[in-house]
Amino acid sequence: MRVMKFLEEFRDLDLAKKLAQKIRETARKDKITLMEVCGTHTMAIHKFGIRGLLPENIRLISGPGCPVCVTPNQYLDRAISFSFKENVLVTTFGDMLRVPGSSMSLELARAQGGKVKMVYSPLEALKLARENPEIKVVFLAVGFETTSPGICVTVAQAEKEKLKNFLVLVGHKLIPPAMEALVKDKRIGVNGFICPAHVSTIIGLAPYQFLARDYGIPCVVAGFEPLDILQGIWMLVEMIEAGEAKVKNQYQRVARESGNKNAQRLLEKFFEPVDSEWRGLGVIPKSGYKLKEEFSHREAEKMIPVKVEETREHKGCRCGEVLQGLIEPKDCPLYGKVCTPESPVGPCMVSSEGSCSAYYKYVGI
Amino acid sequence: MNKNRIVLAHGDGGRLSRNLIEEIFAKAFANPELAPLADSALLALTGKRIAFTTDSYTVKPIFFPESDIGKLAVFGTVNDLSVMGARPLYLSCGFILEEGLEIEVLKRIVDSMKSASEMVGVKLVTGDTKVVEKGSADKIFINTSGIGELLNWRTMGKAPEPGDEILISGTIGEHGIAVLCARGELELKIPVKSDCAPVWELVSMLYQEKVNVKWMRDPTRGGVATCLNELVLGQGFGVMIGEDKIPVLDSVDSACEILGLDPLYLANEGKILCLVKKGEAERAREIMRKSQLGKKAEIIGEVISEPAGKVLVRTKVGGTRVLGMLAGAPLPRIC
Amino acid sequence: MCLAVPMRVEEINGSRAKVDSAGVKVEVDISMTPEVKIGEYVIVHAGFAIEVLKPEEAEETLRLFREIAELAEGESNEVP
Repeated sequence: MRVMKFLEEFRDLDLAKKLAQKIRETARKDKITLMEVCGTHTMAIHKFGIRGLLPENIRLISGPGCPVCVTPNQYLDRAISFSFKENVLVTTFGDMLRVPGSSMSLELARAQGGKVKMVYSPLEALKLARENPEIKVVFLAVGFETTSPGICVTVAQAEKEKLKNFLVLVGHKLIPPAMEALVKDKRIGVNGFICPAHVSTIIGLAPYQFLARDYGIPCVVAGFEPLDILQGIWMLVEMIEAGEAKVKNQYQRVARESGNKNAQRLLEKFFEPVDSEWRGLGVIPKSGYKLKEEFSHREAEKMIPVKVEETREHKGCRCGEVLQGLIEPKDCPLYGKVCTPESPVGPCMVSSEGSCSAYYKYVGI
Repeated sequence: MNKNRIVLAHGDGGRLSRNLIEEIFAKAFANPELAPLADSALLALTGKRIAFTTDSYTVKPIFFPESDIGKLAVFGTVNDLSVMGARPLYLSCGFILEEGLEIEVLKRIVDSMKSASEMVGVKLVTGDTKVVEKGSADKIFINTSGIGELLNWRTMGKAPEPGDEILISGTIGEHGIAVLCARGELELKIPVKSDCAPVWELVSMLYQEKVNVKWMRDPTRGGVATCLNELVLGQGFGVMIGEDKIPVLDSVDSACEILGLDPLYLANEGKILCLVKKGEAERAREIMRKSQLGKKAEIIGEVISEPAGKVLVRTKVGGTRVLGMLAGAPLPRIC
Repeated sequence: MCLAVPMRVEEINGSRAKVDSAGVKVEVDISMTPEVKIGEYVIVHAGFAIEVLKPEEAEETLRLFREIAELAEGESNEVP
């Protein structure tokens, strides 16, 4: 029936059952806690009902894998202020549109006359800048290492074409420093990490070595298909049972051990790591990106002065704890009652990669 | 006055309005009930019970692969009657036109509605036209209301029981994807046509063969997932469907993977979703498959006793997940 | 938004390529995968090809799945 190459084969029911059985046989310990730090893994695990295939002693928790969810309110408030400024157009990935800032979302801002447009790629934003030289086009650069190289390509193109009106509000974050912060927090207790497929495709395996070497936590880079995730879990369980801590790659058909060198060179050229605030985790050292000085004329925060309202967090919103894997969505008192996809309080419920959104969609109330 | 475009005067009831009605609408939909162009159409109905429905169409864009807002306005309403087990008889049609709409475009849409109503054998017997200032409507909005005669289908409406089975008449998600692609906002090129079609033939085949159908719907806005949730909401039973049983075209599947959409939530405009008594499913499927429209009919799930009020999906890899009501922002103006 | 559909490269024009998956076509930027050839599959993210898929590795992974599956079967058939 469906013949999508390189996808269908990794969804084979029979193989999935056998893999699940193998995991069951291998997992002897009383309690094994595995964390994934990628929104697409969060979604895939729910969508394919992976938890139901695993034995009772394995617990899968979701970490801060949703870039929209970990973006602090202040970033959004600034973007909203931009949208109301004359001759400024804010362009953004769809996910950000409905995330509530301190007093409204970008979608609401648009309904009130703010200039906001959804795009599928920063290159679309660049095209808008090209076609509208009198407007400052600001692209909301949110995302992990999978997304940030694409912004570099776009900025490079903007430089080449001397498009002065293309600006970026940089909100990119890096995953490995966040993983370290999680591991240092004793409340969380992770025994193994399922590493993100496409972030790892860019950065390779080296950035995770410190987790195995210094903290004794095994890591496996796993693809997004159900067989990938199951095999990744099995590889982790095997290492945990053997008391081994290494970084391994299950997603060999795409992710190379050294990552994508072209992408890494781009990141090196345009960005420098800075301390960055993560919703729920606080400020994590060297966990965000900033445009290098010679490209600072592209930095929207610098180039467009605006008054940003005082940041307010929503009372009762426990996205922070959900993002650290400390509580499940259903443990948040607002979940399903006050906070729903139609009227979200926090980003975890809005973003297509958010834990609460996945939970609500696939498990319900 | 610009002869090629709709102006406000076309909606004010005067000479221009009359000309528009006579030249375009009355000519296209010619039938005895419409001819008097009176305040109401006078109809004779033979059966005791009728089905009555209404729908407004604001689809954007108004022309999309292999279809348009006019065809949709006819088939959509006709289908709403059909799936209730009613033979579609009469339609009304209200147009809201934006000042500046090209008359050629209006003619094209009306012609499309004429073909569509002739295909089903339904008569457009009464209508209304309003014109609003430029910017107050997006080219054209259409409302159609429909009357149908209820068939004497004794099993329709009987309570679903565990073991009863659910079928879909063909592949899903095409209308939603076709319209989304036709908006031109995506960089993707997707070779998918809207499945806009009348389902009356399928319904009457099931009726004539006396299939024990208890419930039927056309899964439009919100897709199969929404229909199934409406079926179980507040009821003492649930539904379980098998992910690998759902028929989807490869291109729709691929487009959905790329766009992050789920075909189960996308609109269909030429499909029926039906619930039949346990044991009837294979026969129902074979009957539907005899028709061009139903040749990809599949049995996709069954009624379960627990959990009540929920729709579950057995995933391809043997797991289970809940198929909730459409949450968040679906695609706007899809039909 | 890690949408992970592998797409087949059909045409290359400098740093742009036309890719396809089951009839769905899109144009992407290949600055990060300059060595890609027509007929190969790429992973696309937000308008960029971020890596080229290695078919022989895909086969190897599938082979490993089957191997594990056989082991599982073998063990469950063992006499206790």
